[in-house]
Amino acid sequence: MSETLLEVEDLNVSFPGRSQVTHAVRNASFTLGRERLGIVGESGSGKSTTGRALLGLIPHPGIVTARKMEFAGIDLTSRSEADWQRLRGRRMSMVMQDPKYSLNPVMQAGRQIGETCRLHLGSDTRDARRRSLAMLEAVKIRDPELVYHLYPHQLSGGMGQRVMIAMMLVAEPDFLIADEPTSALDVTVQNEVLRILDDLVRDRGMGLIFISHNLTVVSSFCDRVLIMYGGRIVEECNASDLQNASHPYTRALIAAAPSLDETRRELATVTRDPEWLK
Amino acid sequence: MIEVADLDVTFRNGGRPIHAVRGVSFAVARGETFGIVGESGSGKSTVLKAIAGLVPATARMLTIDGRAASQRRSREERRLMQFVFQDPYASLHPRQTVDDILREPLIIHGISGVDEKVRNALSEVGLLTQHRFRYPHQLSGGQRQRVAIARALILKPPILLLDEPTSALDVSVQAEILNLLSRLRQSYSLTSILVSHDLAVVAHLCSRIAIMQLGKLVEVIAAADLRSGKAGEDYTRQLILASRGFTRAGF
Repeated sequence: MSETLLEVEDLNVSFPGRSQVTHAVRNASFTLGRERLGIVGESGSGKSTTGRALLGLIPHPGIVTARKMEFAGIDLTSRSEADWQRLRGRRMSMVMQDPKYSLNPVMQAGRQIGETCRLHLGSDTRDARRRSLAMLEAVKIRDPELVYHLYPHQLSGGMGQRVMIAMMLVAEPDFLIADEPTSALDVTVQNEVLRILDDLVRDRGMGLIFISHNLTVVSSFCDRVLIMYGGRIVEECNASDLQNASHPYTRALIAAAPSLDETRRELATVTRDPEWLK
Repeated sequence: MIEVADLDVTFRNGGRPIHAVRGVSFAVARGETFGIVGESGSGKSTVLKAIAGLVPATARMLTIDGRAASQRRSREERRLMQFVFQDPYASLHPRQTVDDILREPLIIHGISGVDEKVRNALSEVGLLTQHRFRYPHQLSGGQRQRVAIARALILKPPILLLDEPTSALDVSVQAEILNLLSRLRQSYSLTSILVSHDLAVVAHLCSRIAIMQLGKLVEVIAAADLRSGKAGEDYTRQLILASRGFTRAGF
């Protein structure tokens, strides 16, 4: 890991409810360099909430506190909405799970990419168009001119996800969060999208946080992995060492997934230990 | 137990016909768990629905338990097979309690001893008595899928059709449901067809697996060959490679 891009210490996110407070993230600490960091966990483990907190996207009445949350020398703990607006999109960005729900359905794909340029790079219409077409080419869209004018419902899942990646990367942020970016895609398309993401991250030297529930994808794609359970980071390891993970929860997750490499009559089920939450 | 020859399904979308399934043929032996994998739009779920008589289909032959299946199924034919759908959040009626949900098939088929059968069905899938009068929104995803499986098995059908039964579930819950399914198919000596996009899930549960692409059956492969990568067709090899995780190299 080269320079540190992001430093998080004791991140807590909680949502006060009518009778009790839900702690979605508890004392999460980690750093990110110009690398690919995976966050895995099951639903409700706090992985997406962690990603959203880093972008200041926790909705009211959620409370975000951290001893330290610093991105490229900028303190993220007490930022106004206007500060966030300047950071998000320009310096940091997020690719969501399903392009069907996160692209604007009544706006042509190319114009959505151009909107980022106009907003964050101060591009005029011509420059925005030029940058959008170049970005569509960078995400390996075969006919950028054609796709530029298509509406999201005319795109396949894989193309929609590429448009979304193009939109998030056109302003050349330093830091990208990809929240289950390939979970809605077919396996063969998934690999293409991952390869594009990988190329862009390498070429531009970005830091990437890759959130996923799929251990196979994370261990083969990322450099380092955080495993989350019940809002806590229970383990951190190199992606290549995931098979030798030491935390019982990580081991149970690996054992519970059916694998193409071995035949098992029974899959191991996860017996949850309240100790893990302490 | 199930024999399909030259199955065709065509949908009409406005004036444009969509040929969803083209000339698919296979046979499933009694007691076998047969898998169908493919990517979205490959027609795998449509094949399952055609076998259940849920979509209009034409075929040279479609026999179930030795008898030709009619397009409009009789009550006896429908009792032969039950369906478990992908999303337990969508396939259970939100305003019915678990008890109502499990009772319904028994009432439709005029079966007596409802109370006892509901109780047995619950314990069979590992649910407790306290779950019986809950609504689906009061249950977790795994518990809901258990209810859906209990509803399918309460009629003791010889055939179970499973359409992506674990795709909406977490890995740890998926393991529980897969274990439940493999235990139940033994105790009920079920013949089943499992449709999934996940090669590892299908290889775990099935002995033979059909690979589908764009409405056609590419090949039928033994689970052992799928594991060792001994595929006859390029597309199957691509699919296996992609399922093993991210690789830098292109295909």
